[in-house]
Amino acid sequence: MAGFALLVRRDLRLALRRRGDIVNVLVFFVIVASLFALGVGPEPNQLRAMAAGVVWVAALLAAMLSLPRLFAADLADGTLEQLLVSPQPVLVVVAAKIAAHWLLTGLPLALVAPLIGLQYHLPANALGLLLVSLLIGTPVLSLLGAAGAALVLGARGAGVLLGLLLLPLYVPVLVFGAGAVTAALAGIDPGAHLSLLGAFLAVSSLVGPWAACAALRVALD
Amino acid sequence: MLEATALACERGGLRLFSDLDLALEGGSLLRVRGPNGSGKTSLLRILAGLTRPAAGSVRWRGRALDEEYGREMLFIGHAAAVSDDLTVLENLEFTVDLFQMTTNQHRNREALELFGLERVAQVPARYLSQGQRRRAALARLALSRAVPLWLLDEPFAALDSDAVERVSELAAAHLAAGGMLVLTSHQEFSIAAPATQLIELEG
Repeated sequence: MAGFALLVRRDLRLALRRRGDIVNVLVFFVIVASLFALGVGPEPNQLRAMAAGVVWVAALLAAMLSLPRLFAADLADGTLEQLLVSPQPVLVVVAAKIAAHWLLTGLPLALVAPLIGLQYHLPANALGLLLVSLLIGTPVLSLLGAAGAALVLGARGAGVLLGLLLLPLYVPVLVFGAGAVTAALAGIDPGAHLSLLGAFLAVSSLVGPWAACAALRVALD
Repeated sequence: MLEATALACERGGLRLFSDLDLALEGGSLLRVRGPNGSGKTSLLRILAGLTRPAAGSVRWRGRALDEEYGREMLFIGHAAAVSDDLTVLENLEFTVDLFQMTTNQHRNREALELFGLERVAQVPARYLSQGQRRRAALARLALSRAVPLWLLDEPFAALDSDAVERVSELAAAHLAAGGMLVLTSHQEFSIAAPATQLIELEG
């Protein structure tokens, strides 16, 4: 547990020193989400209907932008080697990386999303649901994303490869996350969508870190 | 304590060495020598548990390598493992915490002083020269007396004669106290050791 806290603290401190990285991801998220509104035009009903889908797609793309760096800097300067030979279990190292990544990207994205929802004329209850669905769904982006980032570590064109690898895996998150908000707009109980989203979170928290560990070992072999 | 039997290593389909045996006891210095590309670094990475050997096994205190090994071994490779955005002192403190080494602020400062880094202790590592970066990585040696096994890959590369001397002194003291040291080096060096072994890789 001490090791976990140590590694999360290190990543947060590093992020604070390279503030640009987090800000870029957030700005990218806001711009992409806003571009759709500008492109579609000011018809409120149309905007409302597509809001959740747009916000979720923008969140997926923003996550894509941040993931290639998850292990790359530590690989380049040799820190990753030291993390692997250290007494910390690799699973703890990976879990800390995932937690820090979520705190630095998933959480801020979720908190900013309601503001974008306002742009799309979403009513208050839908705004709340958008926030909740992102809070449940964005950890999945970090969990599966860590596995993907570890797999493409050191590959040429890692960014594109990562998109091809991960975006299909993110489809359930997109469907259930956006579905919850759309259901609420239609007056249907979003509970089922949120439960499925939660189930997907549970599955990916089992699979993601484990796959990332295996991929890291291969990358450093 | 450190034993390897019938080690073989393959990189990119090329067999670098095979049937390599070694056994190290307290106080032993093992020097690995060979031309470029002969597998010196690969051997050290296998001993560190980073690379899986193509055949054979490495054992520490009679057991296969596990997480406990991480507390008893230190490995310093080609990359300095120094983060650009952390200061020299922060980098050292992180290493100390990561490896659960027993030290204190005073001793950390002393370690940096020993390697002539006291002036840059609060400077982000991105501003360091190549040699200073190596020094920053090697500063942990001064705090690692309790770590029995040192694996150093080209520790003298990019160092000036003063720093080479520091590292040699620390290594000699470590060996005299019953520690073990495996190192690769193209440079000649003099480290007093109770027992010395040599492995020549042919390439």
